[in-house]
Amino acid sequence: MNETIGMTLLVVGITFDIVGCIGLVRLPDIYNRLQAATKCVTLGTALILLSVVFYTGFNAIGVKALLCIWFVLMTAPTGAHAIARAAHRSGIRLWDDSVMDKYKDDSEGSEDN
Amino acid sequence: MSIFIGLLILCLFLCLYRVGKGPTAPDRTVAIDIVGTLVVGFCAIYSIITKKDLYMNIGLSWALLSFIGTLALAKYLEGRGFDE
Repeated sequence: MNETIGMTLLVVGITFDIVGCIGLVRLPDIYNRLQAATKCVTLGTALILLSVVFYTGFNAIGVKALLCIWFVLMTAPTGAHAIARAAHRSGIRLWDDSVMDKYKDDSEGSEDN
Repeated sequence: MSIFIGLLILCLFLCLYRVGKGPTAPDRTVAIDIVGTLVVGFCAIYSIITKKDLYMNIGLSWALLSFIGTLALAKYLEGRGFDE
């Protein structure tokens, strides 16, 4: 039973990884690529690590996998947000068909950001 | 299990395509960040295959070091010092 759940989670996680990497290749500009790749690959890797917990149970491998899930889910969105902010501040333009730029509208009023 | 390793290697090659092609520097930084997350998945699958916790230790340290590297690259792209 545990192996069935683990195999299912593994297949779903690797599907998310592949979809995220295809998005990284196919989407038009940096911000679209960032949101596709980061969200899909973070969730996919977290599901692969959860399948490790179901395969091996609560021994040394399973507890370290749970800790690694926590690290991945905390650090990957932070890194992606830092990259998006750096890209916007270093002047990378949005895609031509983008309809709004809220960060630019908000940061026009104040001087120090 | 080996087919999952093969599919992850396919993902790595898609990321390497973006590292080579990407027109701007943040594109390459995003792709390198994604490679770091995929390597954690590699370590997880190897720990299922070999039943050793050595690979999960590698995955834990890889996740943290990849995060620190991404933050340093983002600060460098932003054009500011590291202490702001």
